[in-house]
Amino acid sequence: MKSDVSALEVRGLTKRFDRPAVDALDLTVRTGEFYALLGPNGAGKTTTLRMVAGLLKPDAGSVSILGVDALADPVAAKQIMAWVSDEPMIYDKLTPLEYLEFVAGLWGIASAASGTSAHKLLVSLGLETHLHERCEGFSKGMRQKVALAGALVHDPRLIILDEPLTGLDALSARHVKGLLQERVRSGCTVIMTTHILEVAERMADRIGVIAAGRLVAEGTLTELRQQNGRGDTSLEDMFIALVDTDAAAA
Amino acid sequence: MSSAAALTWFARHEIRLAWREWLAMVTGSRGRRKRAIIALIAFVAIMHLPAYAVIGRFADLQAPGKPELIVITATIFLAWALMLSQAIESVTRVFYARADLDLIMSSPANLANVFSVRIAAIALSVTGMALVLSTPFVDVLVIGGGIRWFSAFGVVVVIGLSAAAVAIAITVALFRLIGPSRTRLVAQIVAAVIGAGFVIALQVAAIFSYGTLSRFTVLTSDAAAAYAPALDSPLWWPARAAIGDSMVLSWLLAGGLMLLGAVMATFSPKFADTVVSVAATTRTVRRGPRATAFRGGSRQQALRAKEFLLLRRDPWLLSQSLMQLLYLVPPALLLWRSFSESSTAIVLITPVIVMAAGQLAGGLAWLTISGEDAADLVATAPLPPSRVIRAKVEVVLISIGVIFAPLTAALAFASVTQAIVTALGIIVATVSAAAIQLWFRVQAKRSQFRRRQTSSRLATFAEAFCSIGWAATTALAVTIPIAAVISGTMTAAILAATWKISPRRG
Repeated sequence: MKSDVSALEVRGLTKRFDRPAVDALDLTVRTGEFYALLGPNGAGKTTTLRMVAGLLKPDAGSVSILGVDALADPVAAKQIMAWVSDEPMIYDKLTPLEYLEFVAGLWGIASAASGTSAHKLLVSLGLETHLHERCEGFSKGMRQKVALAGALVHDPRLIILDEPLTGLDALSARHVKGLLQERVRSGCTVIMTTHILEVAERMADRIGVIAAGRLVAEGTLTELRQQNGRGDTSLEDMFIALVDTDAAAA
Repeated sequence: MSSAAALTWFARHEIRLAWREWLAMVTGSRGRRKRAIIALIAFVAIMHLPAYAVIGRFADLQAPGKPELIVITATIFLAWALMLSQAIESVTRVFYARADLDLIMSSPANLANVFSVRIAAIALSVTGMALVLSTPFVDVLVIGGGIRWFSAFGVVVVIGLSAAAVAIAITVALFRLIGPSRTRLVAQIVAAVIGAGFVIALQVAAIFSYGTLSRFTVLTSDAAAAYAPALDSPLWWPARAAIGDSMVLSWLLAGGLMLLGAVMATFSPKFADTVVSVAATTRTVRRGPRATAFRGGSRQQALRAKEFLLLRRDPWLLSQSLMQLLYLVPPALLLWRSFSESSTAIVLITPVIVMAAGQLAGGLAWLTISGEDAADLVATAPLPPSRVIRAKVEVVLISIGVIFAPLTAALAFASVTQAIVTALGIIVATVSAAAIQLWFRVQAKRSQFRRRQTSSRLATFAEAFCSIGWAATTALAVTIPIAAVISGTMTAAILAATWKISPRRG
């Protein structure tokens, strides 16, 4: 279910801390695709996505989400987007259902529909026996699933996830991956950073590799292989080659 | 490493941790150690003035009679109650907040020895803090009454040792009685009640007997002297030891050490079991299943509902609110008595209420405005930051309103003017506290509440000065209105100066 409007269009995005974290980055993610953003630690992946999600103000550049200028109209952009960070931020003293009720209220979702869909969402993530338990005793994987359910409960059209599979066991990771692929099939766009290259290789329609705040390679797995000049190389080998080359150039 | 060497090493480790925790509490960040020590010395030096005002007249005391012994004993008991409150807090933290328990439990060290050291470290830190705080008072007594008063430091040590021992016994008993999951909340409430209870009980007795808020009225009354035991009773030993009776002091020190030793011998071997039970059972708090249909409402309503729910489930807030409410019991009683008889003491209610409102509002404002566990979620929600802040400030105002409205309404029956002044004072004190939190806001987890005061010393002092200032202004408004204008202007100036130097200005 592709559309002409890009799900995300970033132009000249720049952010400096002590040094440039994101350096005049251009990035386009098409509607309805699963996009994996890869890069070594400190490459600028999280900073880029935090600026897109409205959590960090860029020094320069523009961000457009499904045609909405996210810097000029952040509220409209946030309405159609969800952000899940690598460190699940949920309330210890709320139960998963109470947390989702809060998120649904915050996004202004009709209460009758959101209650049922929240319940279904939590069950599909394997949390059915924990619906009424406070989150304070949850493992990191369970917290991550609650955070993910919170991100999905308002039916966003763009989901941005920063390392969503960290700390999840194999079964939970499969639940999450299945849920994300289901969303993509229904027309939603997913942008995800990950260090698990196998996940990107299997799930992503396109892969972007970022290093030193710049996009150093982008395309489908086949396109990346062609760019790299070897048809049979693994994503891991390509990634290391790309990042090493960029580090050497820097 | 021999067993003795391992213990010494662990004791050093504990003392270093305690020192760094204290330093972090005082400085709020690294690299300010010198400034913190200078500030502490300055604080202790300045405290000599109020210490002289409070205790200076007792320096010459040689052969105390019953009234003096009652006052000294009550003061020592109050200090002990406060130390006990502090010690319960420290013990609870050892169980719930130390990140190294897994490491210790999985090490080949003798756990009974390790926890003995940890218990001793609690006693040492509580005693150390008590010694620092008591120094100005003992100094004043030594300067005015001679070196015999140095024995008061010995009494402080006894207070610290015995308070730590009793705190450990109470906390472990709570674990056994009500289980680990409830102990944290109950221990905090017990600590708050013990800390405030004695003073409040004396005030309540004073109100019933003499129609005044002064606790000394009861302690120095003929009735108290009549009920007090004979002069040679062991009840007066702490007072006699403080005055300079070295033999009694030796007995008390020996008793304190034996008590702590007995507690260590009794509870150290079981500490490991208790810690394991905390780790195993604090995890699951189930809510009763409810219908899956969510409540409707606006985004701000969702925010407010979430804040109210979290406040209701916050053990710190519950214990603090209880303490605030306990402090309000004496003025409420005074108010009740004043219905039947005219009393000028009723004027005292207004500043007490305004001060309590300001203090509680400061804590509430931090929890709602700065203490946000899901900051990213709220920041990525589709509503402007100003509306998020507005909803959070509304929660503070509504909470304070709910707590203080009944008291203000009751006050209206005694004096409408005073009730209006009190209500205005509560509103202004609450808004000031919320504004200061907004200006100095640093996003943090709610669990970091204990360190909230270290994020900005300036904000802490501003909050305290404004709360005191508005309380004084309202008291003057019902007695000397022209003076209230001056006091109010000064407090407003403090608030304006705070805004001027705040990071959020502009």
